[in-house]
Amino acid sequence: MITIQHLSKKFGKLHVLDDVSLTLEGGQCIALIGPNGSGKTTLIKAILGMIVPQSGNITFKGKDIAHEWRYRNQIGYMPQMGRYPENMTIGQVLNMMKDIRKMPESALDNHLFIAFGLDGMLDKRMRTLSGGTRQKVSACLAFMFNPEVLILDEPTAGLDPLSTELLKDKIRAEKQQDKLIVITSHVLSDLDDLVTEVIYMQDGKPLFHKSLQALKAETGADRLSKAIAQVMATHELMEGTL
Amino acid sequence: MNKIIKYVIADLLRSRTIMVYTAVLAVLSVSVFSMEDSAGKGVVSLLNIVLFVVPLVSLLFSTVYLYNSAEFIELLVSQPLRRDTIWISIFVGLAVAMSLAFMVGVGIPVVLYAATASGVMLMLCGAALSLIFVSVALWATVRVRDKARGIGLSILLWLYFALLFDAVVLFLLFQFSDYPIENGMVALSMLNPIDTSRILILLQVDVSAMMGYTGAIFRKFFGTDGGMAITATILVLWTVLPFWFSIRFFKRKDL
Amino acid sequence: MNGWVNYVLSLCVCLLVVGMPRAATIKVGKQHAVHTITKALELAADGDTIQVDGGVYREGNIGIRKRLMLVGVGNPVIDGEQKYEPVSVHAPYVVIKGFTICRSGHSSMKDMAGVKIYDTHHVMITDNVLDDNFFGIYLQNARNCTIRNNRLVAYGKAEQLIGNGIHGWKCDRLDIAGNTITGHRDGIYLEFVTHTDVQGNQSHRNVRYGLHFMFSHDNGYYRNTFTGNGAGVAVMYTKHVRMEHNVFNENWGDAAYGLLLKEITDSHIADNTFAKNTTGILMEGSNRIRIQRNRFENNGWALKIQASCMDNTVTRNNFIHNTFDVATNGSLVLNTFERNYWDKYEGYDLDNDKEGDVPYRPVSLYSMVVEKYPMAMLLFRSFMVTLLDRTERVLPSLTPENLKDDYPLMQPVAL
Repeated sequence: MITIQHLSKKFGKLHVLDDVSLTLEGGQCIALIGPNGSGKTTLIKAILGMIVPQSGNITFKGKDIAHEWRYRNQIGYMPQMGRYPENMTIGQVLNMMKDIRKMPESALDNHLFIAFGLDGMLDKRMRTLSGGTRQKVSACLAFMFNPEVLILDEPTAGLDPLSTELLKDKIRAEKQQDKLIVITSHVLSDLDDLVTEVIYMQDGKPLFHKSLQALKAETGADRLSKAIAQVMATHELMEGTL
Repeated sequence: MNKIIKYVIADLLRSRTIMVYTAVLAVLSVSVFSMEDSAGKGVVSLLNIVLFVVPLVSLLFSTVYLYNSAEFIELLVSQPLRRDTIWISIFVGLAVAMSLAFMVGVGIPVVLYAATASGVMLMLCGAALSLIFVSVALWATVRVRDKARGIGLSILLWLYFALLFDAVVLFLLFQFSDYPIENGMVALSMLNPIDTSRILILLQVDVSAMMGYTGAIFRKFFGTDGGMAITATILVLWTVLPFWFSIRFFKRKDL
Repeated sequence: MNGWVNYVLSLCVCLLVVGMPRAATIKVGKQHAVHTITKALELAADGDTIQVDGGVYREGNIGIRKRLMLVGVGNPVIDGEQKYEPVSVHAPYVVIKGFTICRSGHSSMKDMAGVKIYDTHHVMITDNVLDDNFFGIYLQNARNCTIRNNRLVAYGKAEQLIGNGIHGWKCDRLDIAGNTITGHRDGIYLEFVTHTDVQGNQSHRNVRYGLHFMFSHDNGYYRNTFTGNGAGVAVMYTKHVRMEHNVFNENWGDAAYGLLLKEITDSHIADNTFAKNTTGILMEGSNRIRIQRNRFENNGWALKIQASCMDNTVTRNNFIHNTFDVATNGSLVLNTFERNYWDKYEGYDLDNDKEGDVPYRPVSLYSMVVEKYPMAMLLFRSFMVTLLDRTERVLPSLTPENLKDDYPLMQPVAL
């Protein structure tokens, strides 16, 4: 569904993305992991057209996304830190997004909205909200328009355990509907029972892109976190020998 | 586009700063007009406030607002919206909010106390300055990523337009007073929208003095329909150009 | 009773019969025996009246050399065809009333006028319209003449191509009142004219000056209005002038003055209004003038007083909303300013005597800067300039130390 070819991005001298090529298919739930500053968020932003790469291209369903904006109708994005105009209420933010997406009320997915209990807080102003509640609003917005692609940047950060579970259930449900879901997270245990593929980024390059099963089989670990730890250890070993 | 404008304006109009700004302008205007015994003197006293405060607040408030809205702008960019739509909406939102605040704070007292040609000119110029400095703020913030440095740049720009420019003009004027610099000086004044506005208001308030020696030159330029058209065009350019540069940059900007 | 009535009647008849040959009335017009004014003048004797009916009379120059009264009925027009001087008066006690006199020849050599009065006295020109003449009414070496309620219109473009409206040269005891003059070079021009009253005239939009006089002593100017003249009003080299209740306004331009006083001495300027002039009053080499109870409003410079002036007194005037109140070109000031109302005064009156307790300095620093560098007007009312002016008010350094009003009024003078 999304093809990335030879994508490079530099901030000043820093190579944030270095010749990245990836193919992301529908029906998969992909964990995008890697250490801080490895280029995960930059990659997501490149897919969303929020940063402009120096070279390479990204196609969405076969069409180049450069100077395009309509394709984002099919993407739901939950940012790392959802910040909204401070004087707007939750209701106004939701209305604004509905206005932007122009989706009929009947087609909306209000599942999370109700599950998180946001319907009772419509008149609260954004500046009065806690970080967790803002995350709820962000999550709600990402899923609301039934997009084919979901990009979730640290979705569980700041959420209480109950809400985390609700969100994970929702992600699972969406996966069933053949959607492409990309998740970045530091909390690998959260991802264990969700993801089907893993992309590991380091220094602006994808170190590997494997299915979860293949990864577990290779490393002999039963959990994602252990598998990753093992990969990193071997990788460092190799670096050291070089 | 309209819907984003709508939300930006709704957000801005609820902002405390805008309300305080409006209230302060209103209190200043009403007290100036009730203290001065003639409308003309009131306009003169307001002139300095308008030329000083309006650019500063428009520039600084817009800059701070834009930096504080960085994440919101990111959110909008991640949505199915064109980047120019977003940027134009933000500009229109800020422009409407600032000029509305000015119109309520200064415009209404002027209409009530001094509905004269000079009063109307003061209103028009104040509104134009609001727009221009919103536009300049957009340009400054889009070029500078860091908030502190961006605000610093705004303050420097304001100092330049409000004070330094005049000092340079005065210096040039004394240095080259023996040369025929009249037309050059008029052209120079066009390089600063605050000066252009001030001269436009001066031509109303101090029309008698402006009809004197220098006035003859100003009058030839500003007093004719053609000159007025050029002046209006210059003020429009001052609004459009920084904004146009900012939008060009914003379209290529990494968020 | 009857006898008394008879007596009165016969007295009237007698008076009529006796008076008739001495004051005949000659009627001129299409339906009368006499068709031209020239013919009537030939027929008339001293003391006669010539009554002229409506119509256009093109008779070249009409020269009046007898003591006659010319009365127009139904607005007769005397047309100079742009070649002749329509009316010349050479005799005393002539009255010209109710005519339209138009299109005199234009000659700077002969100074042609609509009506020209030569070396005579007691001529009266009233209720006429003078339209498109070179000079309007020209008095040359005349005495005791009256010029009243005439309307003078000309269409001058440049000052060398048009003459003055009412022009007096070497005259004495004129009465110039209620005239309206527009489009001439100078509205009223007096040179070597003495003991004359100029009252209630309207002089506006003339090419050069609304009023212009030189060497014309002991004259009075009352209740005239001088509006929008090319260079305002200029008066020079004269003593003992009184100017009261006049209005000088909207004289705009780099060399335009509400009132330019050049070497005027021992005069009174009182109760006038100076409004919307580039310069309200400019004084050069003028001494011992009392300027009082005038209103200076909305002028660029209310009062420019050159260093060549001394012993003038400026008192009880209202200075309201002028860009600059007073400007001068020197540091020595030998004139007195006191008890004026200055709307820019920011002092206080703690002892409640309606006079400010700190002096007012009407000369601002920036007015001196502008005097030297006129282009500096470009920066007027900018923040920096305002700051400069404020500093100077607190700590005078460049402005003349003793040009100040020690008793500035807190309220405008009631005028």
